[in-house]
Amino acid sequence: MSLIRRRKQNETSRPTRSDPSSIDKEDDNKKKIPAKDQNAEEIALKKLRKWSCIDSCCWLIGSICVTWWFLLFLYNAIPASFNQYVTEAITGPVPDPPGVKLKKEGLTVKHPVVFVPGIVTGGLELWEGHQCAEGLFRKRLWGGTFGEVYKRPLCWVEHMSLDNETGLDPSGIRVRPVSGLVAADYFAPGYFVWAVLIANLARIGYEEKTMSMAAYDWRISFQNTEVRDQTLSRIKSNIELMVATNGGNKAVIIPHSMGVLYFLHFMKWVEAPAPMGGGGGPDWCAKHIKTVMNIGGPFLGVPKAVGGLFSAEAKDIAVIRATAPGFLDNDIFRLQTLQHVMRMTRTWDSTMSMLPKGGDTIWGGLDWSPEEGYTPSKRKQRNNDTQIANEDESEVVASQRKHVNFGRIISFGKDIAEAPSSQIDMIDFRGAVKGNSVANNTCRDVWTEYHEMGYEGIKAVAEYKAYTAESILDLLHFVAPKLMARGSAHFSYGIADNLDDPKYRHYKYWSNPLETTLPNAPDMEIFSMYGVGIPTERAYVYKLTPSADCYIPFQIDTSADDDDTPLKDGVYAVDGDETVPVLSAGFMCAKGWRGKTRFNPSGIRTYLREYEHSPPANLLEGRGTQSGAHVDIMGNFQLIEDIIRVAAGARGEDLGGDQVHSDIFKMSEKINLQL
Amino acid sequence: MASILRFRKLCYAVPLKLQSFEFSKVDQKQKVDKKEEDANVFLPAQDLLEVDDQKKKYPKQQQRKWRCIDSCCWAIGYLCTTWWLLFFLYHCFPATMPGFQVPESPGVRLKRDGLTALHPVVLVPGIVTGGLELWEGRPCSEGLFRKRLWGGSFTEIFKRPLCWLEHLSLHHETGLDPPGIRVRAVPGLVAADYFAPGYFVWAVLIENLAKIGYEGKNLYMASYDWRLSFQNTEIRDQALSRLKSKIELLCVTNGYKKVVVVPHSMGVIYFLHFLKWVETPPPMGGGGGPGWCAKHIKSVVNIGPAFLGVPKAVSSIFSAEGKDVAYLRAMAPGLLDSEILGLQTLEHVLRVSRTWDSVVSLLPKGGETIWGDLDWSPEEGHACQLVKKGNFQCSPNDNYTDAMRGFQIKETEKYGRIISFGKEESQLPSSQIPILNSKELLHGSATETVNSSCRGVWTEYDEMDRESFRKIAENKVYTSKTILDLLRFVAPKTMQRAETHFSHGIADNLDDPKYEHYKYWSNPLETKLPDAADMEIYCLYGVGIPTERSYVYKLSPNDKCKSIPFRIDTSADGDQNSCLKGGVYFVDGDESVPVLSAGFMCAKGWRGRTRFNPSGTATYIREYQHKPPASLLEGRGLESGAHVDIMGNVALIEDVLRVAAGASGSEIGGDRIYSDILRMSERINLRL
Repeated sequence: MSLIRRRKQNETSRPTRSDPSSIDKEDDNKKKIPAKDQNAEEIALKKLRKWSCIDSCCWLIGSICVTWWFLLFLYNAIPASFNQYVTEAITGPVPDPPGVKLKKEGLTVKHPVVFVPGIVTGGLELWEGHQCAEGLFRKRLWGGTFGEVYKRPLCWVEHMSLDNETGLDPSGIRVRPVSGLVAADYFAPGYFVWAVLIANLARIGYEEKTMSMAAYDWRISFQNTEVRDQTLSRIKSNIELMVATNGGNKAVIIPHSMGVLYFLHFMKWVEAPAPMGGGGGPDWCAKHIKTVMNIGGPFLGVPKAVGGLFSAEAKDIAVIRATAPGFLDNDIFRLQTLQHVMRMTRTWDSTMSMLPKGGDTIWGGLDWSPEEGYTPSKRKQRNNDTQIANEDESEVVASQRKHVNFGRIISFGKDIAEAPSSQIDMIDFRGAVKGNSVANNTCRDVWTEYHEMGYEGIKAVAEYKAYTAESILDLLHFVAPKLMARGSAHFSYGIADNLDDPKYRHYKYWSNPLETTLPNAPDMEIFSMYGVGIPTERAYVYKLTPSADCYIPFQIDTSADDDDTPLKDGVYAVDGDETVPVLSAGFMCAKGWRGKTRFNPSGIRTYLREYEHSPPANLLEGRGTQSGAHVDIMGNFQLIEDIIRVAAGARGEDLGGDQVHSDIFKMSEKINLQL
Repeated sequence: MASILRFRKLCYAVPLKLQSFEFSKVDQKQKVDKKEEDANVFLPAQDLLEVDDQKKKYPKQQQRKWRCIDSCCWAIGYLCTTWWLLFFLYHCFPATMPGFQVPESPGVRLKRDGLTALHPVVLVPGIVTGGLELWEGRPCSEGLFRKRLWGGSFTEIFKRPLCWLEHLSLHHETGLDPPGIRVRAVPGLVAADYFAPGYFVWAVLIENLAKIGYEGKNLYMASYDWRLSFQNTEIRDQALSRLKSKIELLCVTNGYKKVVVVPHSMGVIYFLHFLKWVETPPPMGGGGGPGWCAKHIKSVVNIGPAFLGVPKAVSSIFSAEGKDVAYLRAMAPGLLDSEILGLQTLEHVLRVSRTWDSVVSLLPKGGETIWGDLDWSPEEGHACQLVKKGNFQCSPNDNYTDAMRGFQIKETEKYGRIISFGKEESQLPSSQIPILNSKELLHGSATETVNSSCRGVWTEYDEMDRESFRKIAENKVYTSKTILDLLRFVAPKTMQRAETHFSHGIADNLDDPKYEHYKYWSNPLETKLPDAADMEIYCLYGVGIPTERSYVYKLSPNDKCKSIPFRIDTSADGDQNSCLKGGVYFVDGDESVPVLSAGFMCAKGWRGRTRFNPSGTATYIREYQHKPPASLLEGRGLESGAHVDIMGNVALIEDVLRVAAGASGSEIGGDRIYSDILRMSERINLRL
């Protein structure tokens, strides 16, 4: 109170001086008020009030602008290394980035490097569009600032979708991958994907001629990238060129995420005879590839893809739903965001490449799963991972004997998820009659296939109660017939009994490591590099959406929580890198391809490199230099160092062979797969 | 991060300030309260102290100045708001305003005619237009990794000019990277679609190609580091190998359709080099075998080709100035050589550009046979015609009717004298000019008088003494043959380095084995076209713009060591009908390349079956008469003929699209000529 009074005093001494000037100013500006007014004072006072309102608005904006500019100027004026100084002041000296460190050790460019980006991270740009996309020619629709999502969301969704029948371009629309390193160096401004790795490789001398990004359209199925864009041919020619222009040094391939599967497909394609394949001959890989360094590879798929296809939601969305219910399905704004997203993503064939592969043998049945080992120590550790990851792992011993059925990837209701299989009353949905379309036209034009299912179909789905990796495919066939029909022409999810069966020459098997053999290249090496120590989605508890009409009829039951088991917000989590469970990322290298197996007839050596996740120490570190998260791991110094060493000529043993933190070997042992 | 925190703090402060401000307003209105406030003056002392503590943020002085800061903020606020409003309105407008009829782009029209992508297209950018980015640099370039140094917004020039220059220079001995610096060409279409934001180079053409179905898989930009000599792009970056592999790939993935190559400006001679390189056996060449071009290339559509070099390159090596710089100098003398600011812009430019080998590739080729000697030049062939033409060119504002009257000028312009010292010398008959043997220059004493007070700007002129400057000036006139001697003298290192990569003569016997060396590959007068009878070569260029052809020089007045000793004599203006203006003689051309250089090879050198074109590759000339944009809304014009703006010329785009969609040269109308190129070519006495 006293503060206010005090100020008033000061002001009172002033008005006589400042008032007239301010009034004049206002007169000039507004040009409404006759200047000749004799009775100035009262009118002026009235005006003053009006003036103060608009004026103060402008003043506020002005001062914000000025401070903003000032700060911007300051920010630009400080040297770029300022951030580093601050960090060093807080946390002590930061280690040299691996590129600098290794350059001091004398490492230089040797093998050309090819990056294969994963799903979502690659940029897409418009080459031809409908009327609404005017002015966006060669502008990024995906990646970059995503400005168009806000400006013209429907137009954007329309252009990002593919044709629902063919899985290729809709008529009149051509959206193509951005080419070159810029395709996936940054996903959005400031959010690096490959940029850190590129910068570090550049330190030891890499540049455009020895480093390339095999950008492809990640929305379409792998074989279609060749059919439509000749991407595989381009990658082949590019690798050949780089090997030829670098003195015959073989290439080091670094695929990330879905790029791992894509490159698996490529290796089969390139040796298969034309027209289905690239006609490179049976020793192409042996001649051109030194090492494949898979980062966070979902070799056996990810459970997240199931959630994505089934109800367009994953942990993140489910959490939003739980914290702000009704926001996403908001009817008032006519958004129907999820339905739009679902309609769009269901036209993307590539999402199906990530469905869990290998069925119950790999992912576990109703009562069994490789993750739920018998040793208490193992369970304990997993438990730790699901709580906040850095908890000390010594305390809680064997208190929970609760059995977690990770094998049930989708269960309807928490009780179902926990009940022994004998108690679950499953009603087969496969024969269920799909009801007539309940989709009345009031549902606006958001089309999802659920509208064609009818209520009976939805109910039948829910009554089957629990789905394992195998029955999940039937489920998806049931709820998304068009998508799966299109997808099963391009992808397969089984395990081959006899790999010599001529049917496995078809390209749909090429991206499934359990249905193809590795190329005949005994000198090649395969690395599986991934983060561990972050809870990763493994199984979901679903419920029926209360209002079943225009909505997606299923959603994750976020109320399903359990302190004893790794169930949180309707999602069971296991160890992994936040997206890919350890099982999927590591199994092939730990067991499936280890030694000479039927999947790896030439005995290509495999190495596991796991990176324990530790979150960034402070905000200044950004996304951390020791992160194990699916994308952030690309900034992990240890991983970068490994890559640079290999690119400069090191072999697996030189790096120290396997580096394992998780239980991957124990899990693999539990899996009963004929090798 | 820190800045965000600080900003948040300020955000908290702002409402407080505002509050106080509002109070002041209220006060003024309610004067009645005055007394009460007066009473408040006698508050207990404690209270006052407390107040003071709280009010440290707002000292009294600030309050007194309140009005000033306040109105500033207020004004800025208004500006910002109106700006945003206008911005918002601008964005709300549909891209095509109803009132303003946008002419249909050629791509859309041709698509309606049923044209679709057929042959894959390779674009080869020219000098200067391609972007360069940093891959490794000195400490001063911190934070610029993979940022553009050249092309884009050029902000670094202003932020750290010296650092920028240092990184763009090449090594003076090798013409390659200086140690510790790697600057590389930007790859992909982004390399040269826009040179600077809003200044298109290839973007319009790309957009129109996309309209008929082109995209990443059948459209490729062969970007290369345009500072290097052509063979060095292969040695350092394997750019030629990459281009070869790309063309092969494009062929294969597009159903074995041959490639249409569209080079621009210097890209034209770069691609000429490539054509020879690709068929030459390794290690010097690409080893594609003798049939490679016939197998892979449908046509080469040269835009604004600088086949025989450009006179502009002479002046830029000699004194780092062209017409534009000379004008600037005339308008604001002293600005460029401003000592006060310590800028020495030109000297820096000279130093940097002399490390770029590629500039040498643009020096006039073919010597006096092509470019004329002291008394003769191909441009001044038919007197009245030429006068008419010349008149038209020199004052583009005059219309044709004016020119039709056909002024007779007694003496024709002596374009052959590419550099003359003094206006008189440029016009005198050759008998009256004292000619020193240019060889003498080379033997002249080049005693080094390096003055260490010359600050850091090093140009080779510092190593020469005043005596040799005088000698150079005494020689009065230089033709395209002696100009090389002159440059060898004033820029010995540059020329020595570059002449292992480029040659500027005319071959007597093309079968001489010495012509297998790569230094001859980019000179059309010293190489044969590949054996590809089905290939087509187009020369597409603008005409109707005065283009630099020869220069009148003078010695710089100031004798100081730091400045470039020669400069264009901007006071040398001809009379109304003369082509001399601002010390520069102009001829017809596209503002950079004279018609002679762009058209001669297609008009005569390669026409039919000549020794330069043994397989009889068909050539076509397509000229585009320059028309300046009718209104500001048209931007850089739809019918421009200028060297770079021509890439937006609708007629040119249509031709390129038709060729890409499969048309042959005769189908798009064969030759289309506005200039005197055929007559000029006739006057050139070159054995074919």
